[in-house]
Amino acid sequence: MQVTEYKPKIVAFCCNWCSYAGADLAGNNRLAYPAEVKIIRVPCSCRVNPMFILRAFQRGADGVIICGCHPGDCHYTSGNYYTRRRMALLFSMLNYLGIEKERTRVEWVSAAEGAKFAATMNDFVQTVAALGENKRLEDLRCKL
Amino acid sequence: MQRIGVFVCWCGSNIAGTVDVEAVSEALKKEPGVVFSTNYQYMCSQAGQDIIKNAIAEHKLSGIVVCSCSPRMHETTFRKTAAAAGLNPYMVEIANIREQCSWVHKDKLTGTEKAIILGRTAIAKVNLNAPLTPGESPVTKRALVIGGGIAGIQTALDIADAGFEVDIVEKQPTIGGKMAQLDKTFPTLDCAACILTPKMVDVAQHEKIRIFSYSEVESVSGFVGNFTVNIKKKARYVKEDVCTGCGLCTEKCPQKNVPNEFNLGMDNRRAIYIPFAQAVPKVATIDPRYCTMLKTGKCGVCSKVCTAGAIDYKAKDEYIEEKYGAIVVATGYNPISMEKFDEFAYSQSKDVITSLEFERLTNAAGPTAGVLLRPSDHKHPKTIVFVQCVGSRCSGAEKGKEYCSKICCMYTAKHAMLTRDKYPDTDVYVFYIDVRTPGKAFDEFYRRAVEEYGVHYIKGMVGKVSPQGDKLMVQASDLLANKQLHIEADLVVLAAAIEPDASARPLATMLTASMDTNDFFTEAHPKLRPVESPTAGVFLSGTCQGPKDIPETVSQAGAAAAKVIGLLAKDKLTGNPCVAHSNELMCNGCSSCERVCPYGAITYEDKEFRMPDRTTRMRRVAKVNEAVCQGCGACTVACPSGAMDLKGFASAQIMAEVDAICK
Amino acid sequence: MQALTREVLLDRAKALFADGTVDRAYGWKRGEFDYDVTPGLFRSVEEMEKEFVFDDFCGANFSKYLVEETRKGEGKILVFLKPCDTYSFNQLLTEHRFDREKVYAVGIPCEGMADVTKLKAEAAEGIRSITAEKEGFVVHTLYDGDKTVPRTEGLSERCLVCKSKKHVAYDELLGEDGEVADSARFDEVARLEAMNADERFAFWQRELSRCIRCNACRDVCPACTCETCVFNNPNSGVESKAPVTSFEEQMFHIIRAFHVAGRCTDCGECSRVCPQHIPLHLLNRKFIKDINAFYGEYQAGAEVGSRAPLVNYTTADLEPGEAVQRGNEHA
Repeated sequence: MQVTEYKPKIVAFCCNWCSYAGADLAGNNRLAYPAEVKIIRVPCSCRVNPMFILRAFQRGADGVIICGCHPGDCHYTSGNYYTRRRMALLFSMLNYLGIEKERTRVEWVSAAEGAKFAATMNDFVQTVAALGENKRLEDLRCKL
Repeated sequence: MQRIGVFVCWCGSNIAGTVDVEAVSEALKKEPGVVFSTNYQYMCSQAGQDIIKNAIAEHKLSGIVVCSCSPRMHETTFRKTAAAAGLNPYMVEIANIREQCSWVHKDKLTGTEKAIILGRTAIAKVNLNAPLTPGESPVTKRALVIGGGIAGIQTALDIADAGFEVDIVEKQPTIGGKMAQLDKTFPTLDCAACILTPKMVDVAQHEKIRIFSYSEVESVSGFVGNFTVNIKKKARYVKEDVCTGCGLCTEKCPQKNVPNEFNLGMDNRRAIYIPFAQAVPKVATIDPRYCTMLKTGKCGVCSKVCTAGAIDYKAKDEYIEEKYGAIVVATGYNPISMEKFDEFAYSQSKDVITSLEFERLTNAAGPTAGVLLRPSDHKHPKTIVFVQCVGSRCSGAEKGKEYCSKICCMYTAKHAMLTRDKYPDTDVYVFYIDVRTPGKAFDEFYRRAVEEYGVHYIKGMVGKVSPQGDKLMVQASDLLANKQLHIEADLVVLAAAIEPDASARPLATMLTASMDTNDFFTEAHPKLRPVESPTAGVFLSGTCQGPKDIPETVSQAGAAAAKVIGLLAKDKLTGNPCVAHSNELMCNGCSSCERVCPYGAITYEDKEFRMPDRTTRMRRVAKVNEAVCQGCGACTVACPSGAMDLKGFASAQIMAEVDAICK
Repeated sequence: MQALTREVLLDRAKALFADGTVDRAYGWKRGEFDYDVTPGLFRSVEEMEKEFVFDDFCGANFSKYLVEETRKGEGKILVFLKPCDTYSFNQLLTEHRFDREKVYAVGIPCEGMADVTKLKAEAAEGIRSITAEKEGFVVHTLYDGDKTVPRTEGLSERCLVCKSKKHVAYDELLGEDGEVADSARFDEVARLEAMNADERFAFWQRELSRCIRCNACRDVCPACTCETCVFNNPNSGVESKAPVTSFEEQMFHIIRAFHVAGRCTDCGECSRVCPQHIPLHLLNRKFIKDINAFYGEYQAGAEVGSRAPLVNYTTADLEPGEAVQRGNEHA
């Protein structure tokens, strides 16, 4: 039997204007971060519905991170402010249900912060990997 | 089912160095919907694009996935390629396997694995893509400028000079705004009237500009390029086109005790009046609050003396409906009320005045013909205390404003300097928190006040002003010398904070333009789009957006005009097709989406629905104006029923991407 | 014991039918047992005389029924509203869910409603009836005689921590209006917050795993009035019926709580109707507690037209990371 190192599945939602560009900049500067991170491009962090996050956990994600423009810099002026409220309440609720709070995160990454993007992803993957597999919010049927 | 083509780019060795492109294109062949998959050295090159075009034709592709560099780099390129081959450009998705894969991973196995997942994710999305067509809307080539101060005047002139029609709506009987009340302007000390009034005349004579003075905006509907605005022309009881502005009526009117707003109530005018000599339009207006004829039906003096026959006591408010392509807000500011600042004795003594009142007192056309006299006893003040930051930079903002009003440091330096220049025997004190003078030739100006004119600048706030006899006892602290000061002053001048005009808030509601907590209009982007409101087609000029001095106001006015000209120069507007869309069968009409929309793109209508039992039912449903929506998606999450979705980034598409990643 | 009797309400209803103000009425209807009161629509005075009841078992909140009923017919609907019901009433008006003109709302005072489950636990079988008396609730049984339960022990949890006895909406008020109370309704949430994550997870697993997905909580919830619920919509990506894995119960309840966050008035109907007695209100109350702590006190439905916290923001809002920390501070 082959023993493989546990690799967490990480879904990263990035807004098109800041964080996705920040991720591109990390690439331009060849700043490495784990391949476990897969990015989904959304126009704005406020497009991220809590249902998407739960869906990711259901399908076997071990961590979900949402990246958007810094507050005050939203391309759509106020989108990330709504994200901030929605995710504050959602994360607090997940924590209340006993779901490990380290599995969800919101980070503001500007288009100039390639280094921050890579550092954030390195840290997030490390944190989630330390928790191990997501077992509290899993749908067993999806892991068959 | 889609027929999807996959095109994996090597990007030379940029991708192929860490990703086995052959393996990727092979693996992706097996994904659902994929009928063709290949790889090539440079997909963005002419040869690469030809591969895509040929494949679209040969394999009758309904969608394509390009695994290449970031969509921010070449999405547009590949969309054009698709369009050239007859495929809807929005049937293209990019899997970013360069910036987000080959460039950040060293190990080829890892890179290849991830590239396959990213490709699979893009395929999952494309499977749910639908062709999108950008909407088009016509543009009414006329602009509306709301507010006729220097900001509105400059914007209107610049737009009109470019050849477009402009209407100015001004609520006062004349245009000119606050600048018309000023005496001299810093830092050059030219007289405000000398530089403003020629511009007012230009406006009046410009064939492309119409002035609706003594008028207000009643309602606004429509959207960028297609606004319909209802304007109320308040009854002025004088026929504008007949009145010659001779002013005889304003001399003969027996009602002499009307506080003169133009001089901030420091003298009186008649019930029929022309605000000031250079007013535009130079037409008399009857103030219905004071006119004896209008109130009791007895008098009629003005009508008798008017040789032109311009007086019309039976005039009514008129409403005009007009269409506009763009709207510029230039509603300006007012000094805040001094009511809450009783420590400065503003309401107790006539000799405690605001800086704008001081401006009138030193103006040659003002109540004292420019001679600096105390309002109470008309004597020359010998000691004058200027207090800065009255109501500005207040923490907590219970009584003032948290922000810096920006212009006060400079005009106070100007007042102090001019006073010392004209009346060298006067002692002038200025109390300040900080002196803020960034701006061309601003700091030099302030230093001249201190160094050449001997104005006493004291860092510290005035604690209390108490009238004692004909003196004002000023109690203050000198923070640098660390001592308490008691100054016996003749006149105290308060640099009152400025705030947006009260008409701004209801106007913002009409325009669905957003405002900050201080009622300043919000710009679409603080750095990159500073003269546009987030609401498309609404532009910002002058202090309605934030405190500004005249040069800044004028440059912003010009910038707003340039934006308007850019809009009006287009014959039609092409929108972004990735906009929100509401499924009216599922919509609750709850208004959640409307509340989060920063653009006012969502409205509601009552719509009749046929029910399964053949009855009909009226329901309130949301409607997205695609010309206004910018596609952020805030509404899609606010919507509890899931009726609201975003084209191009639909919930189903995003969830398919999630599934593909987690598979 | 309620301050007003059935007769007072009935007389008022008769008068409103008689003068043509209303042509139908929502009220509580006698069920099989006297404690089995159900919501009912009455079309005439005669129907009301026969079946209308008002006593300590009338917990049902009629606000939600107005969404459908106001779309039918032209006449006005009489509805009796307890203070807590008026918050739901206002919240629905804020969301434009019914036409205010079609409703005649009569506010009635409430002394708290019984928790039938608690009272039924007094006897394993043979309960003939339960009545509210001065000394408390009396459970009349076939075999064991009468058992008296002190009022504070027989009341619903939501009534024990009643947030308001003040009506925020009505056309007319019968009896006296009360005050907004300083209630201890967040104590239980704070107790859960004080646990560690494993304990909390165990608690919610125990509770939520009992869910049979009957949808009663959703169907009764006055905030859940969507034309099509996401859980019934095959295109929503979360459609589901019976729970197959533990994930689905969590998913259902998290999404449901999130969908009503900021709009939930804490009426407590979800927990009242849950046949599995899952304390669902503790999910909603967590959101309310967090909203109050993070964004300032907000009571959904306190006024018509107020902006719900999730469709609002300030530039100084706290970050989601801090929120999780602060959400754990069980003040």
